[in-house]
Amino acid sequence: MSLRNKIAIVGVGESDIGKVPNMTGLGLNAQAAKRALDDAGLKVTDIDGLLTAYSFTEPYFMLGSVMCEYLGLKPRYNASMVVGGASPAVMLKHAAEAIAAGHAETVLICAGENRASGQTRDQAVAALLAVGHPYFEQPYGPSIPGFYAMIAQRHMAEYGTTREHLAQVAVTARRHALLHPNAHMKKPLAMEDVLAAKPIADPLGMFDCCLLSDAGGAFIVTSAERARDLPSRPIYLLGIGEYHTHEHLLCAPSLTEFGASVSGQAAYAMAGLGPSDMDFAELYDCFTIVPLIELEELGFCKRGESGAFYADGKAAIGGELPVNTHGGMLSHAHAGAAGGLFGIVEAVRQLRGGLGPRQVDGAETALVHNEGGILSSHCTLILANQQR
Amino acid sequence: MADNLPPPTINADSAQYWEAARREKLVIRKCRACDALHFMPRAVCPSCWSHDLEWVEATGRGKIHSFTIIRRAPLPAFVDRVPYAVALIDLSEGPRMMANIVGENALNIRIGDEVEVTFERRGEGAVPQFKLLSA
Ligand SMILES: [Zn+2]
Repeated sequence: MSLRNKIAIVGVGESDIGKVPNMTGLGLNAQAAKRALDDAGLKVTDIDGLLTAYSFTEPYFMLGSVMCEYLGLKPRYNASMVVGGASPAVMLKHAAEAIAAGHAETVLICAGENRASGQTRDQAVAALLAVGHPYFEQPYGPSIPGFYAMIAQRHMAEYGTTREHLAQVAVTARRHALLHPNAHMKKPLAMEDVLAAKPIADPLGMFDCCLLSDAGGAFIVTSAERARDLPSRPIYLLGIGEYHTHEHLLCAPSLTEFGASVSGQAAYAMAGLGPSDMDFAELYDCFTIVPLIELEELGFCKRGESGAFYADGKAAIGGELPVNTHGGMLSHAHAGAAGGLFGIVEAVRQLRGGLGPRQVDGAETALVHNEGGILSSHCTLILANQQR
Repeated sequence: MADNLPPPTINADSAQYWEAARREKLVIRKCRACDALHFMPRAVCPSCWSHDLEWVEATGRGKIHSFTIIRRAPLPAFVDRVPYAVALIDLSEGPRMMANIVGENALNIRIGDEVEVTFERRGEGAVPQFKLLSA
């Protein structure tokens, strides 16, 4: 079933971001949900479906039901979905399918955790290691940055990608974050800072790694038909696709080719569009190597050319394809599944327009990519401010 | 040095793998139906879903597919070991596995380097590790 033109995002919201010690993870989700609801011009009683993801800091069983309970919702459609960082885009796909099939009309999608305040940095690093295989990876003391570092090493060896190319991703993200009023990071970051930062797992240093934030994000999805009656400017879903190849790095079919190329092709096919039709892209950037690989996988440049793409300024606002215009997970916020969700929030805001110095000129069509695990689960979506 | 590091976790899928490791042998799963080999032992062949599987002993030789040097330990147990090498090793039989590269020059490894298995005692058992194959 093609979902093209049938579904619209009608409201988006971000919680307070950074260190927000006075709020729980559920509270951050609720704050973001309220802001999304107000943005959409909807009432609580209009929400008849909810999807959320998971939480490392508040690991409730049945998190979807817990979220509904916290928000006082009694929906006819509800689940918690766990495909790591790919969850927000995958949740959008499930919500879109449910709405198109008539199982729900207006679905709230939210995610977020209090990762900065709800646990120590050591606890956060240890908890995230659950992504690694408990019996065949963890006995060797890898880390999440270490898994991505192995992918980076392979990319560098096969294509000549450099340490500076990786650093440029962090520098570009920070420049964009400084234009965003709610971004976690507020200070400039220079190439020298990235190169001189504390080493984490070669070749990655501290600034090649995503943040640990207190943050929640939310958006509201409904039918294109229903969206016409709402005060906010609807942003339409033109294409969406997913693909899953592994969970653990030791089972990845390749360290340079991933499922993003397949999910991307599916999204492009549904939209009837290609990479050259995109005005900007919000890519997953848990580590600096990831947007580089995704630029290649999604057809924005040839394999091995993504480092130069960033170095030449093509990924900066004002460049050929601005990437992560909010600062991404490297500089805007990262809190579990909220990290990728903020890419969707930002795409909606850019497509509505009026963002001042952060605004991408002529933003009409955007690609958002979420990935989960160790480039394991992928979901790509294409959004536009008009039906096509 | 390996005293406080995590010992093998044995379950029904992996009991024979870890028993072999305890005796300093590296074994992998082979499907009798389609001949495919796999690492990370399972109850079915991930190629054809046959249950007709056997264990075969690997030569223990392989090449480094990629690696990293961990400089910030993810768990307290590994703090004393930092910096250390974690690598993905392509066994000469085909399957890929993860391990540390240990021994001389372990921090100077490169992609493509040839390695051979060695075993590190952990608790009552042992885990396969790899060292550079001396030229
Ligand atoms: Zn088989």
